[in-house]
Amino acid sequence: MWKKVFDWLDERLGLNDAYKNLLDRPEPRGNWWNTLGSASLFLFILQGATGIFLTVYYTPSPDHAYDSIQYIMDGVAFGWLIRGIHHWGASLMVLIVFIHMLRVFVTASYKYPREMTWLIGIGLLLTTVGMGFTGYLLPWNQRAYWATTVGTQIAGSVPFMGEFILKALRGGPDLSALTLQRFFAAHIWMIPAVLAGLMGVHLYLIIKHGESHFPTKED
Amino acid sequence: MSEPISRRDFIKGVSAVVGGMITAVIGIPTIAYLIDPALKESAKEDWIPVGRLDEMPVGKPTPFSFTRVQVNGWERTATSHGGYVIRKSEDPNEVLILNSRCTHLACTVNWSEGDQVFLCPCHDASFGMQGEVLGGPPPRPLDRYTEFRVSDEGMLEIFYKEA
Repeated sequence: MWKKVFDWLDERLGLNDAYKNLLDRPEPRGNWWNTLGSASLFLFILQGATGIFLTVYYTPSPDHAYDSIQYIMDGVAFGWLIRGIHHWGASLMVLIVFIHMLRVFVTASYKYPREMTWLIGIGLLLTTVGMGFTGYLLPWNQRAYWATTVGTQIAGSVPFMGEFILKALRGGPDLSALTLQRFFAAHIWMIPAVLAGLMGVHLYLIIKHGESHFPTKED
Repeated sequence: MSEPISRRDFIKGVSAVVGGMITAVIGIPTIAYLIDPALKESAKEDWIPVGRLDEMPVGKPTPFSFTRVQVNGWERTATSHGGYVIRKSEDPNEVLILNSRCTHLACTVNWSEGDQVFLCPCHDASFGMQGEVLGGPPPRPLDRYTEFRVSDEGMLEIFYKEA
């Protein structure tokens, strides 16, 4: 019965081919350092899922942001768990992505034909840090407020167009409801969209080229 | 004793059990998180003290008021309620408690000592001391708090139930 259902689906979706090409592809001899990309992917999915659940209660408004998070922590069943995972997962994701980059650098995996994988990886590191930066403001507590004040000031120190960048980031000259709202929009829609798109290309390239061998003495 | 279990079947079984446990550990908190507001009980009824009975004169309406706070998540909404206690005699059970909310459009009625009526400032409605409609647009007499009790300390308490 299940075999029949599977065969019917496989004929139309190519499940066996997909399995063979995506998950059963040949790998060079590796070690645990080779798992950091998969770990990053898992953390992205984890952050996406917990983030979606947080938006069920979180309100991106100066009047309610802080109180709504207090409510998630104290008032909702397992709210502390969902937010805790999102909070610590964020730091862990930046860390893992960064170590992943170091591993690729040390094993020289960025060389031909994987230059584009490396460049897109840089984009992935930057968007991950961008997620961290925009997410940091959302609790709207003292630390969030002043971290964003300083962070946007740093962006505003760019010569000539610094003031424009500062205003564009803050949605005006000062930190306000507009800042919180646009950081929220960036955090849940814009940056994740870019991140997911870049990840798609990154994964495609890994499947296309396969993983690199560790360099030997002759290399 | 049946066939010894094969390595492959063992791995399959263990994977299924561990996978099921992980699914439960992740799934149950997630569902609880989502449906949590539906599981919360909110206090919709309560005994409310409105004043000492021996301080209320017989035959003259005594006003009282109280505030109910409704909490929805992190949002608090306060609503004011008021009414009049009318003692018919010294008997603690001979008490009529009226809601001062006009039955027309919910303005607050006031006791007019001179005319011996409750007057509504919005549309000139008037009610008698029993709450009956004497004039104006109200469709029915003033509502009554029918459940009340006197505590051991002599405090009159009414039973409030959210509509």
